[in-house]
Amino acid sequence: MKGISRRRFLAASLAGGAATTLTLSKKAFATGTFEGYPEGMGVLVDLTRCVGCRSCEAACNKEQNLPAPAVPFDDKSVFDQTGHGGQKRRPDENAYTVVNRYEPKGAGGPVYRKVQCNHCNEPACLTSCFVSAYSKTKEGAVVYNSKVCVGCRNCMIACPFQVPGYSYSSAFDPVIKKCIFCYDTRLKNGKPPACVESCPQGVMTFGHRKELIKIGHERIKARPDRYIDHVYGETEVGGTGWMYLSSVPFDQVGFDTTMGKEPIISNVKDFLGTVPMVLAIWPALFTGFHLLATGKKEHHDEDQSHAAEEEAEK
Amino acid sequence: MFTTLKMLSGGIFLAIFSLAVAHQAGAQEMPDVIEIDSLSHLYEGVTFDHSMHVDLAENCSVCHHQNAGVPVQDQNCAGCHAGTTKSHIVSCGQCHPVEPFSAEYLRQKEADVKRYHRDKPGLKAAYHQNCMGCHDDMDGPTGCQDCHARTEAGDKLFHAGDFAPQPGVAQSGHH
Repeated sequence: MKGISRRRFLAASLAGGAATTLTLSKKAFATGTFEGYPEGMGVLVDLTRCVGCRSCEAACNKEQNLPAPAVPFDDKSVFDQTGHGGQKRRPDENAYTVVNRYEPKGAGGPVYRKVQCNHCNEPACLTSCFVSAYSKTKEGAVVYNSKVCVGCRNCMIACPFQVPGYSYSSAFDPVIKKCIFCYDTRLKNGKPPACVESCPQGVMTFGHRKELIKIGHERIKARPDRYIDHVYGETEVGGTGWMYLSSVPFDQVGFDTTMGKEPIISNVKDFLGTVPMVLAIWPALFTGFHLLATGKKEHHDEDQSHAAEEEAEK
Repeated sequence: MFTTLKMLSGGIFLAIFSLAVAHQAGAQEMPDVIEIDSLSHLYEGVTFDHSMHVDLAENCSVCHHQNAGVPVQDQNCAGCHAGTTKSHIVSCGQCHPVEPFSAEYLRQKEADVKRYHRDKPGLKAAYHQNCMGCHDDMDGPTGCQDCHARTEAGDKLFHAGDFAPQPGVAQSGHH
């Protein structure tokens, strides 16, 4: 007998085949196909209605027990505040939502935009968190567990909307802080978030995400002169729970329009998905090679000793 | 006898005429001033000068859609509401819900598959959208406190007035 033994060959094939099948079955879910839970809620933010009154900021501050602001919530001078590099206000540890003012050319007046967590269908923050601090609830909220958070800030890098804030002010226990869709106090009980309820102009419409997409398109259809024909967040980065309508092109009011439809996880999922398969198959494969390479020599010795025995018996 | 007949017919004619006029203008039913305060909590109620707005508006449908008997002007609405007559629902709160996003209201809305108006604003939004639309165009009052002063509860929520942050107090913030 030359080469590998049948037993060894079968064992190696079985191991390799099992590993391949088991790891391949995990790749059944393609990226970007999750359209949200059936009961997932969302909010449609109609920027044509916003007048920049900041009632939503005030309501959020109260609902989430945030610290008192530096200036009253009816103070419009905050719209002129700029941060590093001239950037406008963004949500931080003290304000889970902010309203910014934009003056796009040809708009005939200022356009106001409310910024908060968009509660994505496939959140980048969740996929980047290695301690699994984030979770997407069936009501549609992306919430986080501060007790689990280690404060690494990977999610702040991953989020395409630069939403999560960080409690830099805390010396010993800095954690992520962001909008939670009022999950604990309201959404869990079927109630709309505080900002939605507070808005005098009906900027925000709360409802099932699927229904809101229809409403958004109906609004555009009813008044095509008033709206840009796009519901921002319907498909961006796999779809978001909070979506926007606007009268001016979205990139003129601070939205990133270059993101594409694939969720952020698509950038790494294919690569990472092959790791289990590699770890299972390569040992089996190279064991096989090793056996093939060394098996001949062993059998040759056996044959020789066999032959020697036969010789001796004769 | 001829004179009596003349007077009688004249009287009847006058009665019908005045009733017709009254019916047309709805003068007996139209209030001059309305206190809009069903939602007041953060702000005081609004003392709404109805008769002034009646004079300013072209017709009732500008504010009351088609409920006040004037056919609706908007093309999107006329498709269904063209032949409408005056309804007994005239005030905003009779159609626009106080809580448009409660679980119950959403459930009700989605259960009714034949319902057309799925995007109906709540009462607070209806008030503001209806009023501010014109006020923006016609240089009317557009500031929050121009129409209704803030209450103490409102000041507290907005951290304004007596509850404003003290100047010079260090606020947490980076850099």
